[in-house]
Amino acid sequence: MNLTYIDAIREAQAHALRDDPRVFIYGQDIGAFGGAFKATKNLAKEFPGRVLDSPISEDAMVGLAVGAAIEGMRPIIEMQFADFSTVGFNQIVNQAATLFWRTNVPCPITVRLPFGGTSGGGPFHSQCIETIYAHYPGLIVLTPATVEDAYSMLLEAVALDDPVIFCEHKFLYRHLKAEKLPSEALPIGKARIAREGRDLTIVTYSAMVHEALEAATELAPEGWEIEIVDLRSVKPLDTDTVMASVARTGKLLCVGEAWPWGGVTAEIIARVASEGYGLLDAPPQRLNAKDTPVPYHPNLWTAHRPTARAVAAAARKLLRT
Amino acid sequence: MLQTVSDPKPATDSTSTRELQLSAFRFMLLARLLDDKFAALYRAGKIHGGVFLARGQEALSASIGVSLKKTDVFAPLIRDTAGRLAFGEPVLDAVRTYLGSPLGPMRGRDGNVHRGRPQEGYLPMISHLGAMISVVNGVLFARRLKKISGTVGAACIGDGATSTGAFHEALNQAAVEKLPLVLIVADNQYAYSTPTSFQFACENLADKAIGYGVESYSVDGTDLSVCLKVVGDAVAKARAGDGPQLIVAKLLRLCGHGEHDDASYVDPQLKSSPLGRDCLKVAEEFLLRQNWTDAATIAEWRGKFAREIEEAVGQVQREPAPDPFAENWLAISSEHLSETHTNHE
Ligand SMILES: Cc1ncc(C[n+]2csc(CCOP(=O)(O)OP(=O)(O)O)c2C)c(N)n1
Ligand SMILES: [Mg+2]
Repeated sequence: MNLTYIDAIREAQAHALRDDPRVFIYGQDIGAFGGAFKATKNLAKEFPGRVLDSPISEDAMVGLAVGAAIEGMRPIIEMQFADFSTVGFNQIVNQAATLFWRTNVPCPITVRLPFGGTSGGGPFHSQCIETIYAHYPGLIVLTPATVEDAYSMLLEAVALDDPVIFCEHKFLYRHLKAEKLPSEALPIGKARIAREGRDLTIVTYSAMVHEALEAATELAPEGWEIEIVDLRSVKPLDTDTVMASVARTGKLLCVGEAWPWGGVTAEIIARVASEGYGLLDAPPQRLNAKDTPVPYHPNLWTAHRPTARAVAAAARKLLRT
Repeated sequence: MLQTVSDPKPATDSTSTRELQLSAFRFMLLARLLDDKFAALYRAGKIHGGVFLARGQEALSASIGVSLKKTDVFAPLIRDTAGRLAFGEPVLDAVRTYLGSPLGPMRGRDGNVHRGRPQEGYLPMISHLGAMISVVNGVLFARRLKKISGTVGAACIGDGATSTGAFHEALNQAAVEKLPLVLIVADNQYAYSTPTSFQFACENLADKAIGYGVESYSVDGTDLSVCLKVVGDAVAKARAGDGPQLIVAKLLRLCGHGEHDDASYVDPQLKSSPLGRDCLKVAEEFLLRQNWTDAATIAEWRGKFAREIEEAVGQVQREPAPDPFAENWLAISSEHLSETHTNHE
């Protein structure tokens, strides 16, 4: 078998629908059409009445999911693109994220966000907005970087009693392949050491894991051994694994495709600086996208987001301090 | 599609009509007295934050509460003291929420009108106007998936909130899915200080229903008899599978937006117009005229409700306040996924 990341997402949803009668999927064009990215291909046929087309109403889509969750269901909401979830932002952060805390009634909804940049995506089909969701109490925010994680984490997300923002990277959809789906996986909340090394720690997540891995390969012939921590979940954040890695390497570079102001990379640096200051041999660094909307043309886009080349350059600079 | 019911129908004197009106009236009276108590507590500085009253909207609100079954879904809004009580909310829940008691349904975490018991079909509003309608849709949608039929969901909203995107999305969603939603708009002429001329340019909000392909009704919100009839009919139609129903009731908010607001901006002409009638008085006069009850009985109810409220307030005031050291400060139910590095010990 040759399974892609998007196959894994489809299979996880099929699995959830098969195993749990409380699961249904609601989103735009996801029924007979199978979704803009085909994440629900044939699912409407396989599971009649449980994979349902919604109007273009992101606010009402999430509101409906919360109501269904109150009624004991486990809805999966597909946003056509993460960028459009901002139209449903209010229901996510004020309704879904506060329900359990206010009423003790859990809100087991999964909101799938096809996110991140692809060539030609432009300002409104490329955004990385995990940070704004992670900012709000009451949400779990996941960012799988591998086919295996896309599958196991989505299954776990649906089984969780809390609202999950599932950030699936569009660039990885057809780019990554795996032999088979995993039967075992790290649980949500645990980071993974994607590559071991002793000279520098790169902490990153989602598509940037692959840029970082490529950068590490580029740096290896120069004698540098780079350790890469794949966060997997940005909320909760596995600070212990990050800290342990920094303790081994003494140097920290955080890489994120999101915008630079605040966010996941800033959060990690804040935690390491305050709790692991003594572990650092050099000031911690971070690399993010530029602070502009995401540009359309590939020349601009590749310069806007961190690439393997940019990661390697930033790592080299830090290694030499 | 549009039905206008503004003239009181001659009252039928069947026992059920009479009992329903008397029942609704008692909830109106209880709600008015409870609101008056909250206002008094507010003036005495005993309430944290605002107090939002329902004065002038009790007839409409009670009509909703008594028209629903306990197995239905109800998402009340700011001015639904009467509807909440009629749907089954204990006076204690209201008092505990206003006073922030940890024994109340919101445990001091949320207050005033933001209260409910979601698992009993009584949804706790968030402040963001318009946001509860699609949540009601969701409960109804889920029940359909679970093959539970015969449920109705009622959502309340003000004239101002009809301008939100959430209102539009949710009503349209209910229409597309043909959900048994009854959406009740209390057109009380103001949204805080803003008159309706700044909210919509159509003649009557009920006309909007045509655009959504749903049935709608206009009703005089100051008249309990017609409110009961219209709301009851709409609930029955939704229950029978006729899809969403939109009710627009015209009335006047007989108080400030909240107790902090003297409402000096309210047009005096509106106050002296038929819209400015006090629905509680109108209902009382009607019941007396019909000889369905007498002044002594009403006085008895009044005394009984006042005592019930005093007792509830007394009890809650003796209850412990929320203890920050007893709080778990956890916003998710999956405790093993709580952030361990963010809550400072
Ligand atoms: C989305 C949103 N915007 C603004 C507010 C602040 N706000 C609270 S009540 C209110 C007026 C509401 O007017 P209306 O919908 O007519 O209801 P009424 O108070 O008259 O019952 C406003 C502006 C809010 N709660 N939600
Ligand atoms: Mg109003």
